[in-house]
Amino acid sequence: MVAGIVSYGGYVPRYRITPKEIGNVWGVDGEAMGRSLGITAKSVPSPDEDVITISVEAARACLRKVDVAPTDIGAIYVGSESHPYAVKPTATVVAEAIGSTPVMTAADFEFACKAGTAAIQACMGLTLSDMIKYGMAVGSDTSQGAPGDALEFSASAGGAALLIGKENLIAEINHTVSYTTDTPDFWRREGQQYPSHGGRFTGEPAYFKHVMSCAKLLMEKAKSKPEDYNYAVFHQPNGKFPVKVGRTLGFEDKQLDAGMLVRSIGNTYSGAVLLGLCSILDRAVPGDRIFMVGYGSGAGSDAFDITVTSNIKKLKHAETIEEMTRDAKFLDYGTYAKFRGKLRMRGD
Amino acid sequence: MATPRFWREIPSRYNLIGTKCGSCGTLDFPPRAVCPKCGRKSVGKMMKQKLSGIGTIISYTIVYDAPSSFDLLKPYVLAVIELKEGARLTSQIINVEPGDVKIGMRVEAVFRKLGQEGEAGILQYGYKFKPVTGQGKSPATA
Repeated sequence: MVAGIVSYGGYVPRYRITPKEIGNVWGVDGEAMGRSLGITAKSVPSPDEDVITISVEAARACLRKVDVAPTDIGAIYVGSESHPYAVKPTATVVAEAIGSTPVMTAADFEFACKAGTAAIQACMGLTLSDMIKYGMAVGSDTSQGAPGDALEFSASAGGAALLIGKENLIAEINHTVSYTTDTPDFWRREGQQYPSHGGRFTGEPAYFKHVMSCAKLLMEKAKSKPEDYNYAVFHQPNGKFPVKVGRTLGFEDKQLDAGMLVRSIGNTYSGAVLLGLCSILDRAVPGDRIFMVGYGSGAGSDAFDITVTSNIKKLKHAETIEEMTRDAKFLDYGTYAKFRGKLRMRGD
Repeated sequence: MATPRFWREIPSRYNLIGTKCGSCGTLDFPPRAVCPKCGRKSVGKMMKQKLSGIGTIISYTIVYDAPSSFDLLKPYVLAVIELKEGARLTSQIINVEPGDVKIGMRVEAVFRKLGQEGEAGILQYGYKFKPVTGQGKSPATA
């Protein structure tokens, strides 16, 4: 018996800003920065959106596709590095909003950008041990870069939810492995509004080392090679890193393109690899095999070998990620700064 | 809104739980303890009912002079919405330019932050409404 994905759903806020618009304010060539990062725009949450609202919308999108009683969901874990509360779980609001309370467990996870994939593994363990029938794993963020920092060009907002179980799977998770070390590449101290990062240090010893090592571990465990997969999706802090890591491992661009949402919506942090997976599942057909590797600073990677089943045809029709991201409204920097709380208001 | 009141209203604010009179069948939102039509006859017969969240704009106004807690959102649209089950409610309309809102526009409920009790207080969430996808102007140019 394997655990796998019963349903999936994503949510991306409607607003966008371009690297050019950000660059205009800070006196840098934003278009060149966008080309360098491989990003044409990033999503921006409205003032009434945060990780809780994004997680609820993603969870509801996930449940709209299937006839699963919300009370059969025994665990909800929300992974994020931008939970609205320091103390009080995002997951309880999600649970209440989808009608899963009260006989269930809930908690918030934090592991930079990979808290959502950690939540998948926790749900797999609980379902495989028969402690619960279904678990919901959510990865969601509204992360920020400090004004003028390189991160400001990519840090965006979005999230995705996966319903994990053992029955009626639309995709089986054949294998999962993790690779974790203590690597200080990116962090945010308690009380700090913006994160800090180690500049170029965030590349080789952090992202590439962990993603590559974890990907190789997964292929060893699955006895597979890149050409065995129809799609591959890697954590995408920008448009360059996942392409570089994919090509280095031996994947072709055509395997990567479907999951590369970062190009049009930026880095959604805990939502990034899960939204990429949702975008792939939107177009996948039975038998397709998917290679997924998440990454979280601090640092670690979780990798998954996934095979799509014939049940994917039974999902109810719902808005695809591509359709959702078409509904975009572009902001000027002033409105973006207002929306993201970068202005000091009277009374602050 | 005080925390205890918000907590009591979570079912209706998160999931549009209204009431149906077991005597005359009238739907009410927000939920009522007694049916305004049947009065005493409805006592003990009011049943909870989850509403669909799909409705139509009956009337609306555009708010330009907003309370300070809504400064970041102005100008914004407030509308009276008739849900397909018949109950009416008032809600903010989002994801649309105020000038594109029309009476008769089909809308659906979404989950948004409604407010907060100051910088250290609880965050309050609930329904707002957005146009049903595919109506009006092209979203990319809205």
